[in-house]
Amino acid sequence: MSSLILDLLLAIALLWSALRSLMAPDLFHAVVLFIVFGLLMALAWSRLHAPDIALAEAAIGAGLTGALLLDTVGYLRKKQRESLL
Amino acid sequence: MKDLFNALVIVLSATLGLVLIWVILELPPPARIRLPEQVLAQLDASGVTHPVTAVLLNFRGYDTLLEVMVLLLALLGVLAQIGKRKQKDLLAGFRLSRPHLQVLLWLARVLVPLMVLVAGYLLWVGGHQPGGAFQAGAVLAAAGVLLNLSGILPSWTEPAWNLRAGLVAGLLVFLLAAAAVMAIASPGLLLQYPPPSAGMLILLIEAGLTLSLGLILAGLFLFLSGDATEDEAEK
Repeated sequence: MSSLILDLLLAIALLWSALRSLMAPDLFHAVVLFIVFGLLMALAWSRLHAPDIALAEAAIGAGLTGALLLDTVGYLRKKQRESLL
Repeated sequence: MKDLFNALVIVLSATLGLVLIWVILELPPPARIRLPEQVLAQLDASGVTHPVTAVLLNFRGYDTLLEVMVLLLALLGVLAQIGKRKQKDLLAGFRLSRPHLQVLLWLARVLVPLMVLVAGYLLWVGGHQPGGAFQAGAVLAAAGVLLNLSGILPSWTEPAWNLRAGLVAGLLVFLLAAAAVMAIASPGLLLQYPPPSAGMLILLIEAGLTLSLGLILAGLFLFLSGDATEDEAEK
């Protein structure tokens, strides 16, 4: 019963973070929510008894892609600041 | 007009999602083929004791070979985009008197050797527990990204010969192992490892893959984190 509640909460959190990530007006908020979504997805993979995929998702999906997106947001903000000067 | 379009897209996506859920619930029970039992029955001949590693590196080794090629192609795509970039050496902008940056530098210097150790462990334990080459390569890439973000490792520009050798080493080791097996043990059959030496071959291929994947995945970040020159910005 408690595992059912955990799975249900995980599913709701996945959908909610994905929705908020797509609807966030600030790009930085969207990227942070994307990283949160990646970590919750890693939890979902472990609940599905797939630990290899969970490891790969946490490292590549949340970690590397999140770092690349944060780099992009910083680059875009720098370009925005330079064009305003 | 744009709101109407957005609403239409949301409605269509929700309909698609609900139809997919309904279809999956309506599917007949699975047929007689039980894949986990079949994999476990052949596990002794594969050379490792973890079914996921056996499937990835032995039964479907061809797919893993193509996957490494795809990752290398992705990195080549990134390399084609960067042109000539200046190296962004983050450490040049730091003032070491700020306490939280000192913590970052200390943490990077302590964590990265541990991460290399964890990567080696994941590579070894992939034979009998969850782990393997891709996970170890991802940990190595994360170590590289951490070193770059704390300023210890400058961003990569045009790759030198040793970086190029490291990037293709995994693929070359995989291809050499496949060619050797095809020439010596099982002529005419691609990637059919002889069961006595399958474990050693898989470990060798995974070691090469770990090094290459770490460099490729780190390169996806490190080649792009340099400062763009003026020509890049105008494109």
